[in-house]
Amino acid sequence: MADTKIIVNCETGETLEVELTAEEVAQREADAQAYAEAKAQEDFAKAAKAAEKADLLAKLSITEDEAKLLLG
Amino acid sequence: MPDTFIKIASVTVGSGGASSIDFTSIPSTYTDLVVKYSIRTTSANQIDYLKCEFNGSTTSYTERVLYGYGTTVGSASNSGSYDNIINGGANTASTFSNGEIYVPNYAGSNYKSFSSDSVAESNTTSNNMLMLAAELWSNTSAITSIKLSDLSSGTIAQYSTATLYGIKNS
Repeated sequence: MADTKIIVNCETGETLEVELTAEEVAQREADAQAYAEAKAQEDFAKAAKAAEKADLLAKLSITEDEAKLLLG
Repeated sequence: MPDTFIKIASVTVGSGGASSIDFTSIPSTYTDLVVKYSIRTTSANQIDYLKCEFNGSTTSYTERVLYGYGTTVGSASNSGSYDNIINGGANTASTFSNGEIYVPNYAGSNYKSFSSDSVAESNTTSNNMLMLAAELWSNTSAITSIKLSDLSSGTIAQYSTATLYGIKNS
């Protein structure tokens, strides 16, 4: 992860690339961790739902297209 | 109908990338603001989300999005301001995502509604996405700064660009 940010002052036109403060780096790492955890949970939920759906189709011995026909 | 479109500032990310692009000290002399960008990240993701935050505020954002992803279409509501999709580092090399954020009446004292459109582009049959978003920042302050960063805290890649325009209604 880059530890710099680009600041553009719109009044002066000055552009600076500055180092993140220790606090900003810590916040960024915490945000990255939170994002990774949320994404992992989302991926798990999707996989669980897909498995549940596959199990149900297997129990009914029908394909996904056939299930769509039934619901349509 | 706004009839002027003036470039306020523009930035190109240098070698090593950047964690964010911050437009600060935005003058209140325009009617609307527009950010146009061409961005990708260096993350391990195929698609990332570009956060847009005003005045350093990380709260009071809500949004409703419409998207197309491959053959799937859908909509979603989010609380947060990660309304723009961008290519992650794992998507097609050297392909940048173009997008726009439009902020009308940014200097007023009402809550700020804004909109955006964005794409993630790929030369494969997957990881192509388009998103339109209607958003609200429930804050009455005039917008004086805009920060663009990656939701997953990835790095904005070298050669990414962002340009801020001001639009006047006279």
